[in-house]
Amino acid sequence: MRAAETLLRAGLSAALIDEAPLAGGQIYRQPPESLRRPARQLYGSEARKALALHESFSRLRTSIDYRPETLVWGAREKRLLLSGPAGNTELAFDKVILATGAMDRIVPVPGWTLPGVYSLGGAQVVLKGQACLIGKRPVFIGTGPLLYLVAYQYCKAGAEPAAIVDTSDFTAQIGALPRLLSQPATLLRGIWYNAALVARRVPVFRSAKPQKIEIRGRQLVVTFKRNGKSFEIGGDAVGMGWGLKPETQLAEILGCAFSFHAGSRWHLPRCDAMGRSSTEHVYIAGDASGIRGADAAEAAGELAAFAVLEDLGHTVPQTRRQRLLAHLARAERFRSGLERAFPYQVPELAGDTVLCRCENVTVEEVRAAISSWQISELNQLKALTRCGMGRCQGRLCGSAAMEVLAAETGVEISDVGSIRGQIPLKPLIGARFQRKAAP
Amino acid sequence: MYSPRFHSISENDRQKLTLLVDGVSVEAREGDTLLTALMRHDGWVRTHEFDAGSRAGFCAMGACQDCWVTLADGQRLRACTTPVRSGMAIVRKPAINV
Repeated sequence: MRAAETLLRAGLSAALIDEAPLAGGQIYRQPPESLRRPARQLYGSEARKALALHESFSRLRTSIDYRPETLVWGAREKRLLLSGPAGNTELAFDKVILATGAMDRIVPVPGWTLPGVYSLGGAQVVLKGQACLIGKRPVFIGTGPLLYLVAYQYCKAGAEPAAIVDTSDFTAQIGALPRLLSQPATLLRGIWYNAALVARRVPVFRSAKPQKIEIRGRQLVVTFKRNGKSFEIGGDAVGMGWGLKPETQLAEILGCAFSFHAGSRWHLPRCDAMGRSSTEHVYIAGDASGIRGADAAEAAGELAAFAVLEDLGHTVPQTRRQRLLAHLARAERFRSGLERAFPYQVPELAGDTVLCRCENVTVEEVRAAISSWQISELNQLKALTRCGMGRCQGRLCGSAAMEVLAAETGVEISDVGSIRGQIPLKPLIGARFQRKAAP
Repeated sequence: MYSPRFHSISENDRQKLTLLVDGVSVEAREGDTLLTALMRHDGWVRTHEFDAGSRAGFCAMGACQDCWVTLADGQRLRACTTPVRSGMAIVRKPAINV
């Protein structure tokens, strides 16, 4: 959105293609009209930023080719393949800025496919977009700032979380403090959420190892180990997540080069500080090129637009450009702090864990295939086991599958590959295909 | 086996809509997604293709594709990103057994 605004201001014409029905992305998501609530209630401390962004959008809406509810499901050279209310269409472009965002990163736990178990991001979407709680006594498991933020937001909305089960170690969080001081306001907010949860007597278990989630009567019971002891916590829903990972499939389809990023144990599209990818006409902004959060995404959007303008021979305001670059550098340092505080660790997974929930492939099936076929690369694994071949295209299992493959073979995590994106990037709605007239 | 999940925090004057779920008339509210309507009704969304397990989505943001439902006319829709419309008929059973 910030990118679009910057391009329009420079006199360029642009299209804004958004999968969501209303502008705002995930963080500043707007609920449907009938579920409108005060901004303070929806976005908490970020209400002012949310309102500013929504206002910017309403100013540019009439001067931009805006296409809500529209999925970019593929690309062919300089054409995007779209599916939306207007049916399936194509859109030619000179330059494209990808702001495809991120989604939760998951460590599968036996029972994570049960109804009532959601990703942390999902729990947040349900609250923000639908004014619903996934449960009144949810158990939140995983790690990362979102774990505490979602629990806090649920408390504010009237839930009483049964527990927070954090797989990270508290000492790691202390050790990361120097880096986290690069964004003191954000760090302070994190500390505030934690304090608020303590004040509400939400039990927090750190260094926990989740074992399983079971349905017992109406309850969802989470079993985890901590210091050798086994604990059971019952609730009426589960939210789980281990930080975020970028949505990079479209960048892949557009031919962008990727590099392995050790801190996040994930492959990221290679970009310069302005957001230029390795493909000449493709730019990437926001979490899509590495998780840096919503504030940085606004800066990155504007910078990517500056990059487009520079490459088209326009001059861009240098002071502004430098300020934005400094902002992103701070966000980058903060991210490295978060990676230390809440490391993504995939423990030894139980054999009966469903790794790929689309295709119901278990960890032991994957392990058996790896050893009998001597698999060392993730797409081989996918072809031979169907792990990652389902409708989500490995968005949920890909990260854990990489870890299982690396652990089984002894191959470095950086060298086991990643699940290739395929078009259509997401399933299409059949009714949007135009029927050809009979000859 | 399953009970309603999802608790609304703004029970309000939103317009009521009726949909059919497995032939049963179910009340939803204007602005609900199909996912919300199904979760508030009886707490599950679909039967998995490869086992008898019930699923109810996971990501709620159109990424995991674990909440696709079939309408009586054969059309398939993703529950978490589809707003409920009056008269929608969802057929969750029988599962497509493979």
